Amino acid sequence: MEFETVLGLEVHTELATNTKIFCSCSTEFGGEPNTHVCEVCSGMPGTLPVLNKQVVEFAIRTGLATNCEITRYNKFDRKNYFYPDLPKAYQVSQLYLPICQNGHIDIEVNGVKKAIRIKEIHMEEDAGKLIHDPWDDCTLVDYNRCGVPLLEIVSEPDFSNGEEVIAYLTKLKAILQYTGVSDCKMEQGSLRADVNLSVKPVGAKELGTRTEMKNINSFKAIARAIEGERARQIELIKEGKKVIQETRRWDDNKGASYAMRSKENAQDYRYFPEPDLVPIEIDDEWIEKVRQSLPELPEAKKARYMSEYQLPEYDVDIITGSKDLVKIFEEAYEVCNNAKEVSNWIMGEVLRLASETSTLPEDISFDAKNLGKLILLVKNGVVNRNTAKEVFEKMFSDNVEPEKYIEENNLKMVNDDGAVQEVVAKAIEANPNSIIQYKEGNEKVSKFLMGQCMKQLKGKANPAVVTKILEEELSKLK
Amino acid sequence: MDLCQLSALELGKKIKVKEVSVVEATKAVLENIEKKEKNYHCYVTVCKEEALAQAEKVQKKIDKGELTSPLAGVPAAVKDNMCTKGMQTSCSSRMLETFKPIYTATAVQKLEDAGAVIVGKTNMDEFAMGSTSETSYFGITKNPWNEAHVPGGSSGGSAAAVAAQEAIYTLGSDTGGSIRQPASYCGITGLKPTYGSVSRYGLIAYASSLDQIGPMAKTVEDVAEIYKTIAGHDERDSTSVNQPAPSFTLCEDMKGKKIGIPVDFFGEGIDVDVKETIYQAAKVYESLGASIEEFKMPTIKYAIPAYYIAACAEASSNLSRYDGIKYGHCAEKYDDLVDLYYQSRSEGFGSEVKKRILIGAFVLSSGYYDAYYNKALQVKALIKQSYDNAFQKYDFLLTPTAPTTAPKIGESFKDTLKMYLSDICTVSVNLAGLPGLVVPCGFDKKGLPIGLQLIGKAFDEETLLNAGFAFQKETDFHTKSPEGKEA
Amino acid sequence: MKITDELLDYIGILARLNISEQEREKTKQEINKIVEYMDILNELDTTDIEAMSHTFPVKNVFREDAVQPSVEREYVILNAANKKEGCFKVPKAVE
Repeated sequence: MEFETVLGLEVHTELATNTKIFCSCSTEFGGEPNTHVCEVCSGMPGTLPVLNKQVVEFAIRTGLATNCEITRYNKFDRKNYFYPDLPKAYQVSQLYLPICQNGHIDIEVNGVKKAIRIKEIHMEEDAGKLIHDPWDDCTLVDYNRCGVPLLEIVSEPDFSNGEEVIAYLTKLKAILQYTGVSDCKMEQGSLRADVNLSVKPVGAKELGTRTEMKNINSFKAIARAIEGERARQIELIKEGKKVIQETRRWDDNKGASYAMRSKENAQDYRYFPEPDLVPIEIDDEWIEKVRQSLPELPEAKKARYMSEYQLPEYDVDIITGSKDLVKIFEEAYEVCNNAKEVSNWIMGEVLRLASETSTLPEDISFDAKNLGKLILLVKNGVVNRNTAKEVFEKMFSDNVEPEKYIEENNLKMVNDDGAVQEVVAKAIEANPNSIIQYKEGNEKVSKFLMGQCMKQLKGKANPAVVTKILEEELSKLK
Repeated sequence: MDLCQLSALELGKKIKVKEVSVVEATKAVLENIEKKEKNYHCYVTVCKEEALAQAEKVQKKIDKGELTSPLAGVPAAVKDNMCTKGMQTSCSSRMLETFKPIYTATAVQKLEDAGAVIVGKTNMDEFAMGSTSETSYFGITKNPWNEAHVPGGSSGGSAAAVAAQEAIYTLGSDTGGSIRQPASYCGITGLKPTYGSVSRYGLIAYASSLDQIGPMAKTVEDVAEIYKTIAGHDERDSTSVNQPAPSFTLCEDMKGKKIGIPVDFFGEGIDVDVKETIYQAAKVYESLGASIEEFKMPTIKYAIPAYYIAACAEASSNLSRYDGIKYGHCAEKYDDLVDLYYQSRSEGFGSEVKKRILIGAFVLSSGYYDAYYNKALQVKALIKQSYDNAFQKYDFLLTPTAPTTAPKIGESFKDTLKMYLSDICTVSVNLAGLPGLVVPCGFDKKGLPIGLQLIGKAFDEETLLNAGFAFQKETDFHTKSPEGKEA
Repeated sequence: MKITDELLDYIGILARLNISEQEREKTKQEINKIVEYMDILNELDTTDIEAMSHTFPVKNVFREDAVQPSVEREYVILNAANKKEGCFKVPKAVE
């Protein structure tokens, strides 16, 4: 029997606000445990929440960027459960009236376009961090992350494989970064995904029993988790066993998921409207204001790069897929006004060096304006392309300024005909055998002589100039 | 002259003209506490040293002209569910027996900023759940009018302290009648302000959508002054209404006022003495030129179930944070994390609190939410509608505060449902968010006080306080104290 | 509505409260009596009536996104029974 997979995704993203959702503590990542904490976010008796307006703005922005309807009358609800990372023993979230509903994100996998529907986006607070203490075999609780604002973006079960999931996440991540809503640093947990997965025989109408895998925090791990869970479910069915609806944890190191089962985990969250917060009413004016403030989104940018700059789709996909690459592109373009060159540099050297040094796009630190300058330096014949690559390595690692670096290291191309002539003459003199061969009609030796000249000139010469003079001199010998 | 017999404004005036020092006033109250506390047990904590130190500071500020409030220098006490920085705040629960807040509640801070000297924290029903103050982990408070009777609850300590002159005035909190009913039982004046007019920041929540802090004192004038001091917008409480702090001068003119009497408040189980006394009070208003009209408010009988559903639901969530980890009682013996929760909570909470948490968890649980919690919120809307309709016709409503006077200690918990039903006159006011004022209006045959409840329009405390003021100009019930009961 | 032993156990788990054998019958009886009384709400037809979670039409209360100093850590954990290295200490949480 053949099976198909039905996948839905719940993505949690921490928002790039300065302060937490309900108090004025900093959201800064890191810091000693419990140093970004106050009486409100640690759930002390008598304290009350006050909503950070920026969270609502970010939620509207995200909703507009993902084609959602914005809910005009919003409320918060309490989700009640006991766990040490949740100091109030309830999470303030939105169940009944989420802020964004019925949107979609368009993806493309292997040339096939598909819309992934977004069921809803809601605002909520993050929980704290539990640290296992092996010395005492106990758990230590740190509330620094507690109350950091989150958006939960819930898709419909529209995915049929891991590739689609990755394409969706890539797009979503770009949108969140473009709009400034989140930095989406997966390694810091500011973008995490829960995967809902079920399998059914191909063509079957009825959906299979689904499981949920929580908090997977890298694209690769998500792909592996999907594959692993799919295989597990198919095997169960083939063995005549049943898939149990449950929450599972994906252990990426072991490449296996396991159930988080406990009678204390009855999924009865007793949601009810949060009495400590008042409703939020969003009018047209507010939505329009946010719409006006939206930057160009990945989709529109991609279309523009392709039509305006005539860049290949593959390159544009990669560049517009990352806010950081876009920033490099636009800043460099601003300086050199040569989109094709900038794109080539990004697709070539920038990504090569990033990959070799395991640098994430957001951690690339050179000044992109300098890339523009470097492109101009090549164009103007100040350095040749090979030298430029060397210079760029230095720019990438140490953010050097290209002109200054070229000057200091004497890397300028030798355009001086006299100097080249001298080197050419020496090369002819030093290789009499080659000249004999040349005279016998072996034109290939000119390449060898060219190499000799360039070597002498330490690669700094303009190859066109060297070729021209060498050919002139050789033709005299004929 | 016994300073403790004075009203807050009278004492404040004497302090202002330097007839009495703040330290003298504070000492007088502390002495009274020492003398009477063993009989009545109004307090969970008396902070003698801190109060005397504070008194000296306040005196200096008064002398420098930095404190000019009519309440400056007057000793006060607050219910033990309001956070006071560094001072035990227990909610009269074993759960918070050792809890020391790291901040002070806004309402208390406002009093301190006006120059109040806080002498201690008053006893209450555990987590404000009860109508008698008998559920306190630290023992019951007795009614100064008759020690065999309860002072009411849950702000029983705050009410009894004023009646016994162990405090000049106090703050209480009212979720379903917890200021008004003990004020009635103890023969004092108490105001439950409109929901949202006094900040709840620092008030340890019982039911967030119903809780409200309010003043308890000897006279309407005191209550008005305290109310003006603690009311006003607080940016730390999202439900606090953003409007200017109230400022008004009391006016006793009742001519042309239209007063409604909802007859459904005098239903089954109402004491004859209470009923007669309330109707006599209505006559006082008639004599002042107001018109009185009876009307029907049949939705009122649904207020009690709606209230208990809503209050228990919110309480079950609000009290989940007490898990033995961050603060509060932590069990000594437990098997693992989950067991730590069970043991700490089961040991830390008393039986009434547990019962309400269980009821609350039930009405919110999957499959029952619509039938109970959602239904209660719909009934709440109906009740608010009934009040809105009534206020189309009347300036304020006049009702009893409770069907009876203070019951004997030990009687109420024989039948919990019956005790819940005795909240009939008060809970609907909380559901509708309205202000309610209680003023003493007589005594029953046993000599126990009866309180008159006046219910007003939202944010119209002024009309209520004027009406209470007019009543106290005409009557002397508020000047009576439990004489001969002194230790 | 009748609260059975099973339902009582279930809400005990939701609320993390032990219901001891001695108090069990009494608790069940009292809760049942109250819940039964609550059922009189069924007399009221509330179709088309919107549930009122907030009594007054206060809305859009916000705070600006400006950082204020947090509380000193020693005060954050001041009231905790068990603490270690600036953290609250709890028995091993099952992952």
